[in-house]
Amino acid sequence: MSRHTLSVLVQDQPGVLARVAGLFSRRGFNIESLAVGPTEIPDVSRMTIVVNVEGLALEQVTKQLNKLINVLKIVELDEASSVQREIMLVKVKADAETRSHILETVQLFRAKVVDVASDAVTIEATGKHEKLEALLRVLEPYGIKELVKSGLVAVGRGPRSITDRSVRSLDRTG
Amino acid sequence: MGEQITGAQSLVYALETAGVTDVFGIPGGAILPLYDPLMDSSSIRHILVRHEQGAGHAAEGYAYVTGKVGVCMATSGPGATNLVTPLADANMDSVPMVAITGQVPSPSIGTDAFQEADIRGITMPITKHSFLVTNPDDIPRAIAEAFHLASTGRPGPVLVDVSKDALQGSTTFEWPSSLDLPGYHPVTRPHAKQIREAARMIIDAKSPVLYVGGGVMRARASMALMRLAELTGIPVVTTLMARGAFPDSHPLHLGMPGMHGTVAAVGALQKSDLLITLGARFDDRVTGKLSTFAPDAAIIHADIDPAEIGKNRDADVPIVGDLAEIIPDLVTAIEAEYAAGRRGDYEAWWSLVGRWRDTYPLGYDLPDDGSLSPQYVIERLGVISGPESIYAAGVGQHQMWAAQFVKYERPDSWINSGGLGTMGFAVPAAMGAKVGAPDRTVWAVDGDGCFQMTNQELATCAINDIPIKVALINNSSLGMVRQWQTLFYNERYSNTDLHSHRIPDFVKLADAYGCHGLRCESPEEVDATIEKAMGMNDAPVVIDFVVHRDAMVWPMVAAGTSNDDIMVARSMAPQWGSDD
Repeated sequence: MSRHTLSVLVQDQPGVLARVAGLFSRRGFNIESLAVGPTEIPDVSRMTIVVNVEGLALEQVTKQLNKLINVLKIVELDEASSVQREIMLVKVKADAETRSHILETVQLFRAKVVDVASDAVTIEATGKHEKLEALLRVLEPYGIKELVKSGLVAVGRGPRSITDRSVRSLDRTG
Repeated sequence: MGEQITGAQSLVYALETAGVTDVFGIPGGAILPLYDPLMDSSSIRHILVRHEQGAGHAAEGYAYVTGKVGVCMATSGPGATNLVTPLADANMDSVPMVAITGQVPSPSIGTDAFQEADIRGITMPITKHSFLVTNPDDIPRAIAEAFHLASTGRPGPVLVDVSKDALQGSTTFEWPSSLDLPGYHPVTRPHAKQIREAARMIIDAKSPVLYVGGGVMRARASMALMRLAELTGIPVVTTLMARGAFPDSHPLHLGMPGMHGTVAAVGALQKSDLLITLGARFDDRVTGKLSTFAPDAAIIHADIDPAEIGKNRDADVPIVGDLAEIIPDLVTAIEAEYAAGRRGDYEAWWSLVGRWRDTYPLGYDLPDDGSLSPQYVIERLGVISGPESIYAAGVGQHQMWAAQFVKYERPDSWINSGGLGTMGFAVPAAMGAKVGAPDRTVWAVDGDGCFQMTNQELATCAINDIPIKVALINNSSLGMVRQWQTLFYNERYSNTDLHSHRIPDFVKLADAYGCHGLRCESPEEVDATIEKAMGMNDAPVVIDFVVHRDAMVWPMVAAGTSNDDIMVARSMAPQWGSDD
């Protein structure tokens, strides 16, 4: 099994998330994370889906996704030629004694503190999966009270855009 | 601006514009507004069925024989959920169908209102696509897109769920001049390079087989298939979904492959060095244990659905496109090879498969006690009613015998539930077929188990002058399940005895439904009874053929085993003789 990042452009219509999620579950494909949001084109949303599958199964995943009427385009983004980021918010126990150590760690990881209470701090960190995992390992001994992560989002490096002409022609707002 | 009308009227106009002439359905609360203007349509005949499942299968049977999109209609909640089985059936067998369902008023959606069910959500995995319409202005576009999606590419069922307030609201009717489906581009033109590569492989092969599936039917490409087969002289096998795509009487035809296929068809696939796969999908019922299927064969796989290619078996030459274009292109490419002096030689292959065909023809034993053999009944039915008739089967032993012993000579003569295996399919599917092809004789070949699931549609047939004929193969059992109990469960017959020799009395039941009821219990009466039924066209006919219950379907590849282990009869394996 290996991890693959798929960028999926879809028509922003009711039920499209259910269609995609349902397809993965009924065909037995594992979703590791899924993030969805708007794009620069009105009525087109972009899903970034991280799947854990073997090579041949990945071909089935994309072929089956392509059969969904609301799916416009699928691009696999590999780690080397794309920028991949997750965001994490983590609430850590922090008293007068440990706070300075925690702040030091935050600086080392180029994370930031976004909320402070008398016995806890909330840290925001952005980066690749591995970086966030490393930060978590360092914070763990202090006591993690709450953790939330976005799914991965990714964009290809270089000047080109995956929302090419065929997709842009959908933009009929003009 | 057009005239102000209701959404319901707009929906009727939309159906008329889409060319709909026949609809099967049942009204109810949420869809009531639609039934009012429907009453005034001069071009749409609505047939009131007795159960929504019947409407769905009738729409399928109609689509099978006409090639048009079948249409069914139901109200919200239970009406819609009763369409789930036909939708799943049409999805598995790629039947073009549009289902229109009423939905509770949009402000009530999500409140668990009376007769509310999220039918779009429920049917997402079993439809090609679905729409929920809550604005009356969106109705024509949804209908136009639904019919386009159902009938193009790989055909399939499309659901259009319309809320009651959308039906009651005011709108104008405007048929869309173009469709808004930016994510839908089925590829119909095959890649020329792949065609040439396929032609070369066909020339070089020593033991090729044309593995023909239901896709050839959907593409209406049987004439093209005939040219390809006759040009090359390659043996043909037709799957359960493709019976009739190639004439059974043709010398190149080896019959049906699969779990209950002929030894020649199963053996030819198994020992082949090249499978020319046309609109088939390497279903488990054809391949047997997949890892042992056709181990030496290279694969040409032609299909309109790219997701089928490589799904179960890797393809050496994938060809995505419409078979109505692919097959003629293959013919042209092979003719070019011939012109260049390259020709395939399959003589040695034919001597082998020919021997299998001669040594192991389809057959059956007659019961010792003189009782009626189900295979004999079905064989005689096919002979007497002939190849122009339409045969719709349920699911089980009778279905397999109808696939084996009726000889199909043309497309659109065999209708069955192949992928989903829906018991109860036959009677409503036959009803739909008869509506679509009123001049052809339509037989439902049914079992006593299946028949009791959907026979209420006999009332629909009797009242609406749809004179189908039912050959009820009554072995008083769930016969196929019983066969598996005989073979794999030590003859412990748990819950397969239906006691239908006693209850119900099918002749009386036919009579109660306004149909002719006949009974046949001995071989001597078979021909006369079928001929009598052939002459009865003023009302549907039901023949209760009381048959021997221990008859079994042979040959058989047991589930999960290899095609190499096909049994001609119990504990009887064929001699392949490929080593000599």
